[in-house]
Amino acid sequence: MKQSSALKKLINAPYILWSVIFVIAPLIMVIYYAFTDSTGAFTYDNVKSIGDYSSTFILSVGYGAVATLICLIIAYPFAYFLAHTGVSFQRMSVMLVMLPMWMSFLIRTYSWMTILGESGVINTFLGLFGIEPLPMLNTPGAVILGMVYNFLPYMILPIYTVMSKMDNSLIEAAQDLGCGKMHCIRKVIMPLSVPGVVSGITMVFVPSVSTFYITQKLGGGQITLIGDVIEGQFQTANNYNLGAALSLLLMVMILICLGVLGYFTDSEDEGGVLI
Amino acid sequence: MKKFLAFLLTLVILLSAFVLPSFAYDYIEFSDETVEYYKSLGLQGTKLNVYNWGEYISDEEVDVVKEFERLTGCTVNYTTFESNENMYSKLSGGGVSYDVIVPSDYVVEKLITEGMIQKIDFNNIPNYAKYFDSEQYGYLLEDEVNGEAIKDYAVIYNVGTTILIYNTKYVEEKPDSWSVLWDEQYKGKVLMFNNPRDTFAIAQFMLGQDLNSTDPADWDAAAELLKEQREKVQPSYVMDEVFVKMESGDYYFAAYYAGDYELMYENNSDLDYVFPKEGVNSFYDAFCIPTATQNKKGAEAFINFMMEPEIALANAEYIYYATPNKAVLENDEYSLADSRAVYPEDSDIAHSQTFHNLPNETLQYMNTLWMKVKGGNNSEWIYRIFFICVATIFAIIIITVIRKREMKKYYDI
Repeated sequence: MKQSSALKKLINAPYILWSVIFVIAPLIMVIYYAFTDSTGAFTYDNVKSIGDYSSTFILSVGYGAVATLICLIIAYPFAYFLAHTGVSFQRMSVMLVMLPMWMSFLIRTYSWMTILGESGVINTFLGLFGIEPLPMLNTPGAVILGMVYNFLPYMILPIYTVMSKMDNSLIEAAQDLGCGKMHCIRKVIMPLSVPGVVSGITMVFVPSVSTFYITQKLGGGQITLIGDVIEGQFQTANNYNLGAALSLLLMVMILICLGVLGYFTDSEDEGGVLI
Repeated sequence: MKKFLAFLLTLVILLSAFVLPSFAYDYIEFSDETVEYYKSLGLQGTKLNVYNWGEYISDEEVDVVKEFERLTGCTVNYTTFESNENMYSKLSGGGVSYDVIVPSDYVVEKLITEGMIQKIDFNNIPNYAKYFDSEQYGYLLEDEVNGEAIKDYAVIYNVGTTILIYNTKYVEEKPDSWSVLWDEQYKGKVLMFNNPRDTFAIAQFMLGQDLNSTDPADWDAAAELLKEQREKVQPSYVMDEVFVKMESGDYYFAAYYAGDYELMYENNSDLDYVFPKEGVNSFYDAFCIPTATQNKKGAEAFINFMMEPEIALANAEYIYYATPNKAVLENDEYSLADSRAVYPEDSDIAHSQTFHNLPNETLQYMNTLWMKVKGGNNSEWIYRIFFICVATIFAIIIITVIRKREMKKYYDI
């Protein structure tokens, strides 16, 4: 017994070391910067001036929520049908979902600029039929599109995993007891897929709320979300303290959002929920 | 067989990627004297970290960095930045050491004030006395900061002004003022700088302010004007993307740097420029040596090398900014000598102003205002929607809790 626990510790050591250096230490630094000024003296000023950005915070959560919802609406039926098709088709589809992720996120976002632009692919095509170019780039829709496009795989994969591992006998049992198809989906499949949905929502919502590259490229600098403000504090304004305070609040807000989500889905036995 | 073919095809594609770019490259023929000079500096085997603006050195027909490495035997680690502010953040953040940096005027002053750059030994830069056109450009370095003469710290690389670029295909009347960027008929067609100092400068010119004002009221007024512009014409705030967006004709107006106009014009001859009557910002970018340098001699050799006539010409032809190098200005082969955008006449820039370093409080205040300008005025409806959402979520939570409790009752029974 003793030996195995020592072995366990040894196996865990690299990960613990990793998380101390790259997770816990930076977190402490963020907290330290958030509550100090440029001379290193303790202050609440940074936290107080966050109030100026409250509308930006709300806007970010709004964008994140819309993007997450759209992802969920697209991903859920897709994952359901995927899990109920032949194995070879499944394997290929999953690979196709993953395929874009092999390419850099930056390049994929950048290429949307050339697709949506006024002399871009879509508008050139529409122009052939004499349709006036539609302003698509630099609109809220473009930003949401960028978020959905980039983060959709993170929604599909966990839901698909849960669906494909679902015990078929439960569904059969429900059908035996007289459940119709829709009723079966609503009463059996949906509750069983909640863990996948929750981790999907987490993995889409968190990066959507804090993104800055997508808004800069597809929003043309016209839509400013909290990620842009934080990036600006570090890159341009050189105000690490305010940047840290904003990051801290963003983390707290995401935690609260996920906490609320967790509360909803906190049924006793599911487990495996990733937060 | 199929797999083998696919593998073969992939291999061919991969290989061609390696082979194609490595075309033959002709080195410049320097005079024996020059070759001997750089050889004698004893820089063989040393390392030099150069931190420059993006696209701000010739690397096509003449690869300047490669030439320097060839002549001195020194290895150059060349990295680039997108804005003065980025560069300053990186430099002051520590953790990296640079030997040559290329800040603009107001940042040079800031770096001197903070002791982050050091005096240059002009004995090691013989080309400075030979080629720098001090009659015309010397005045830029005349000021003193903290009792230190700027000219001891900086060697001007390029000079330039801001400029208003517009597309003649869509804009019939030649504009003469920055105020055209506030014209509602050009909604969604205007590009502004994505950095606070340059964008605020445009509003400050319109208000007739001093660009280096430290009065918060001045900055408030400028921010109000920019907010008004954001509501009325919804400009995009961009930096290097300005090239694609103006050349494609997607946008009609851009406030940008004069040299870049010439670059855009090459790709889209519908473009034209104007020096707005309210004034433009005239600036310089200069080589400086950080205090933390590991290779000061190498840095000075690099700065000297950048002033060699062949190299300065190659750079001037590549960057399209105005050079203060006499050897280039007097060279008949120099193609931009007649460009009035790059070398404006005095009357064009009669009301030009330069940036100086601002106190930290002012900079901080400017940045806060900038974020508000970019954030836009969306608070009213956003708060309303937010409260509706929060109320809905609360309602759902309460309903769920009640339902859960009722369910529990049944289970208990």
